[in-house]
Amino acid sequence: MRFLAEVVISLKPVVNDPQGLTVRAGLHQLGFAEVAEVRVGKHIALEVEGDSEVEARRRVAEMCERLLRNPVIEDYRIEVRPSAGAVPASPATPA
Amino acid sequence: MRFGIAVFPGTWSDRDCARAVEVAGHESVHLWHRDRDLGGSDCVILPGGFSYGDHLRTGAVARFAPLMESVQEFAAGGGLVLGICNGFQILCEAHLLPGALTRNVSLEFRCETAWLRVETAATPFTSACEPGQVLAVPVSHGEGRYVAEPSTLDRLEADGRVAFRYVSPDGSPVGDASPNGSMRDIAGIVNEARNVLGMMPHPERAAEPLLGSTDGMRIFQSVVNAVAADSVFAVPR
Repeated sequence: MRFLAEVVISLKPVVNDPQGLTVRAGLHQLGFAEVAEVRVGKHIALEVEGDSEVEARRRVAEMCERLLRNPVIEDYRIEVRPSAGAVPASPATPA
Repeated sequence: MRFGIAVFPGTWSDRDCARAVEVAGHESVHLWHRDRDLGGSDCVILPGGFSYGDHLRTGAVARFAPLMESVQEFAAGGGLVLGICNGFQILCEAHLLPGALTRNVSLEFRCETAWLRVETAATPFTSACEPGQVLAVPVSHGEGRYVAEPSTLDRLEADGRVAFRYVSPDGSPVGDASPNGSMRDIAGIVNEARNVLGMMPHPERAAEPLLGSTDGMRIFQSVVNAVAADSVFAVPR
């Protein structure tokens, strides 16, 4: 069975994020004064074969541990669901 | 003695390193990332560049190259490994050195002379320097901001494993003039056994008068001295 796994990599809260600060300054410039914090991360979408969602998630977690994130500076979270086909270009927005 | 210079797809400072070794009067061999043979090297240099395009994270993919398995073994056996710029990033990704290199706080790629204070001469890479001496060595990177857990930083400092710190030309704290915003202005560190050094600045670009500084040669000279002192069969050249 094929699953879509979406991995979101974010900088740990203790790591300074100059990209986030720059984006926040830009948003403030545009008048979005309500923006208190911005953190910039990475989104990785994977199409994987697996026997079950649990198994697919376990394998993707292993990929995160071994390559996709740097444990010194980054956290990650994983969302897995049955694949509908194409890998989306951006994270799915919650319904 | 012989320096081995690693070449990954995207490495760009390998020839500069070979030139610095030549100026020092020694020989070098290039080590292809797919090979495992270190060519009888006394010291392996992981030079600057953008290995594998630095995709995902700097150094993240290079770490898995076949050559790196040999470098890991070589380092574990006490072999001297000098990681410069991208080489430092690779060494951190490979867990041969603690911490990580992240985007410069300015978000700019900085290519300029940096002043480094030698924090310890008690390493095979800095023995030809005086402690506290200020070296003029260029930096050339977009992701050189050294970060680590406070406890890791404390341990590095307590063990005297911070090799170089960014300073002002007169040796005073660099303050906002840091090229990248590294924690505690750290520019280079060694591992616990002191046989692995990672540094963001490029000593090979401060290797002869034409380049504006010869301070980087002290690092190559230190390695040469260390290998000579270590080798029963050392032949003075």
